[in-house]
Amino acid sequence: MLELNNLTAGYGSFQALFSVNLEVKDGEAIAVIGPNGAGKTTLLRTISGMLPVQSGNLSMEGTSLKDVPPYRIIDLGIAHVPENRRLFPSMSIEDNLRMGAFTPNARPHYEERLDFIFNLFPRLKERRSQIAGTLSGGEQQMCAIGRALMSSPKLLLMDEPSAGLAPVIVNQVFQLVQQIRDQGLTVLIVEQNIEQVLQIVDRAYLMEVGSIKISGKAGELIQSESLRKAYVGL
Amino acid sequence: MTRFSKFTALFLLAAVPFLDLPDYYMHVLILILIWGFVYTGWSIMGRFGLVSLGHGAFLGIGGYTVGMLWNFYGITPWLGIPIALILATIVALIVGYPCFQFRIIGHYFALVTLALAEVVRLVIIGMRDYTGGSLGMTPQRYGEGMSVYAFQFVEKDYFYVIVLLSWVFGIWVWNLVDGSMARYSMEAISDDEDASASVGINVTREKLKITILSAWLTAFGGVLYGQYQMYLNPDTIAGISVSLQIVFASIVGGMYVALGPTVGAVITILLSESLRILVGVELAGLDGTIYGIMLILFIIFLPRGILGSGWAKPLEILRFPKDKPG
Repeated sequence: MLELNNLTAGYGSFQALFSVNLEVKDGEAIAVIGPNGAGKTTLLRTISGMLPVQSGNLSMEGTSLKDVPPYRIIDLGIAHVPENRRLFPSMSIEDNLRMGAFTPNARPHYEERLDFIFNLFPRLKERRSQIAGTLSGGEQQMCAIGRALMSSPKLLLMDEPSAGLAPVIVNQVFQLVQQIRDQGLTVLIVEQNIEQVLQIVDRAYLMEVGSIKISGKAGELIQSESLRKAYVGL
Repeated sequence: MTRFSKFTALFLLAAVPFLDLPDYYMHVLILILIWGFVYTGWSIMGRFGLVSLGHGAFLGIGGYTVGMLWNFYGITPWLGIPIALILATIVALIVGYPCFQFRIIGHYFALVTLALAEVVRLVIIGMRDYTGGSLGMTPQRYGEGMSVYAFQFVEKDYFYVIVLLSWVFGIWVWNLVDGSMARYSMEAISDDEDASASVGINVTREKLKITILSAWLTAFGGVLYGQYQMYLNPDTIAGISVSLQIVFASIVGGMYVALGPTVGAVITILLSESLRILVGVELAGLDGTIYGIMLILFIIFLPRGILGSGWAKPLEILRFPKDKPG
């Protein structure tokens, strides 16, 4: 579905990604793990068109994403749940969700998608008219995921959904991700919470200073001696 | 505001020319409607956090383009107005496109536009052979000064009808934007540009659309002002002071409400007129001083303006139902 070949990207003259190769197949859940500053967020921002590609290729279902502006990415079936959720804080939950179905392609399915999201996250339905900025962290994450799902994406990009949340809420967020997987959606998730994320994905890539170091099945990675030593602390 | 009260209000406003009011009252009403129209045009973009401190530029472009085409080439304002709107579009694009593309937002955007107003004023003064410089210029009078062809109406009753129609049009446009998807996308953009792009909003294009719409209304307001006063001066129709007056009045009236900017026009014009009558010209800067103090107080205590604030219950009838929550 999503393919990255020798992808290089960065901020101006600063290079943040060094020939990254990554593949997400239809129906898979993939995690990109690694420490702070490894380039995980940069990777997602490049996929969703917010950073220009410097060299290499990336494509979604055969369509090259190079030079596609960020506002067109969503029409190719990719929805991004950005780091720190990035809701529209002065809008109600419902209006945030409405914005998720903003594109002309998504707009006709608004009602239908809204029902789907409200079924998935009944909490959002209860609070539909509450201003998003006043929600708790977990609810905001729910709303951010809901907003991304409004466009009926094929691929969901999630940037550290557990960041800045209390441990109890983190568990709930991973349950949300599990729920989304159960819907058959393809997910690419960036996380620092390695142990938990490896339990819900199929495969994972370990990133360090801008390049992929190890990749493999989640079950194998969690057993991997070097990864355990370096990141899990066991 | 119910449909009935809207039509009653419009009917009363339309009946004003038949009341045979003294010229001076008609003059004040016309000024209120012209400036109400201009302020409404400003708030179309101002309410979305696109605070332009340079809308005087568009006023000047409107007024001077039509006046000069008429004086030098005898081109009727009916052709001059579209030309002025095209020029306003070009200027809006030249300033807006780089700003929006390179994410110049908030205070930085305000500063860029502040420079714009001053540039246009200086250009008008610099081209003094054609524009009359800081002495201003007078569009040549056509016959008796009553002509549809020349867009000149010396009779105040006629001009009143024109500005009333323009103002109603301005409010209609404001409501059109308010009820459209453009409002959602602009609110989203003013909340978070990255998130807006990620849900599929073309941020630069949406901002340019609203900026050009606002520039059109403002430039047309400049034409109305020029054709009404039959005198154009770079200090009253371009430059910083008029640009700031636009911002001030819109904020005081309430820029999130359709009739807010018009209420701002009523307040500012009544204030400056009554100061002029009561104090005279001896304290010429007094109205400016009072504006300044009021602006500070409003921004601190009533940022949503007179109409937009909850305590203004008696004025609630003037509010349109689709008000921004919160």
